[in-house]
Amino acid sequence: MALLNKKSQAVLNDPLMNNNPITLQVLGICSALAVTVKVDTAIIMTLAVVFVLSMSNTLISMLRNFIPSRVRIIVQLAIIASLVILTDQVLRAFMYEMSKQLSVFVGLIITNCIVMGRAEAFAMQNKPPQSFLDGLGNGLGYGIILIAVSIFREILGSGTLYGFQVIPSALYDSGYVNNGLMVLSPGAFIILGLIIWIQRTVYNIEEN
Amino acid sequence: MLEHYLSLATKAIFVENILLAYFLGMCSFLAISNKVQTSVGLGMAVTFVLTITAPANWVIHHYFLEDGALAWVGLPNVDLSYLNFIVFIAVIAAMVQLVEMIMDKFSPTLYHNLGIFLPLIAVNCAILGGSLFLVERKYTLMESTIFGFGSGIGWFLAIASMAAIRHRLRYSNVPPKLRGLGITMLLTGLLSMAFMAFSGIDL
Repeated sequence: MALLNKKSQAVLNDPLMNNNPITLQVLGICSALAVTVKVDTAIIMTLAVVFVLSMSNTLISMLRNFIPSRVRIIVQLAIIASLVILTDQVLRAFMYEMSKQLSVFVGLIITNCIVMGRAEAFAMQNKPPQSFLDGLGNGLGYGIILIAVSIFREILGSGTLYGFQVIPSALYDSGYVNNGLMVLSPGAFIILGLIIWIQRTVYNIEEN
Repeated sequence: MLEHYLSLATKAIFVENILLAYFLGMCSFLAISNKVQTSVGLGMAVTFVLTITAPANWVIHHYFLEDGALAWVGLPNVDLSYLNFIVFIAVIAAMVQLVEMIMDKFSPTLYHNLGIFLPLIAVNCAILGGSLFLVERKYTLMESTIFGFGSGIGWFLAIASMAAIRHRLRYSNVPPKLRGLGITMLLTGLLSMAFMAFSGIDL
């Protein structure tokens, strides 16, 4: 890619896999799992987080020399909250059904540790374009896990994928039943646990 | 009436546990739950703050932000509910600060025990989640208080039991790549399944 130099590429790519915000930095699991019953809610949630995270990183990075360090948390919170309000209002206006399904979880992006974490750790020290890429990368890294979890939960729990029936009815006739546990909360924890296990085996990471 | 409140409390504590059913407050849960004593401290702090912020945010939502809430100052057509998020988070941050100051003055031992956890609570999703739920479910003031308290106790129970389980886990042979976050996730899944067993209860 001629568009981005090596360093920018690393900033964008790292969070996608080998420094993934959810599975490796352990940030932002809070409001993430509740929206993974269906793939479509997971995708909308991902878009919302990517938007908030990249915009908040850019804005905070632009203002980083003007924010007094003693009140920086409040300033960051105010910026993030305004962006979340914007997202919520747009969702309500154009995708009302979806915003009903996501219910309080759009609002909870405010306290999503990824947003605050990236603002503190990256945007306060780096230039706006870099921070934008960092936000984009982390948002997408978060989204990959979210969508992966939701694909498993939707196929195993409801037999569909993005609303389309993928498990053939012949299988149901021969006695197959959907796994109800996947639709409920334990399913999300267990699937995420297994994904973390697989990812850490692939990337050879160990925790003490 | 009492039965209704009791049922609401049981629901918030066990059946719809804010952590195990709604995944709120996971970050601090995962980070802190490896020590029993600190978990208990944080659990208490969360319960305390939730019990205070839930009714406080209810009052603010009901008398200032809701559609038509400003009728008492003669502005019946004003709907400020889009300000919910930012006001709630400000109230929570202020409340945490206030609680910290009051506690420092009147109960230095408790303050000392909770120490660093108090300021962290401001960005705990469980607190903001509690306030957002009570708006969405249209609770009354009394219901909100009970819901806040119940959710806090539920969170406390979840983190305390998780800390106890993780304490025992030190002596077991977990596959190396599963150690830490992976096994904690799987265990949380099992714990959440155990809490679902309460779902038949309806007082």
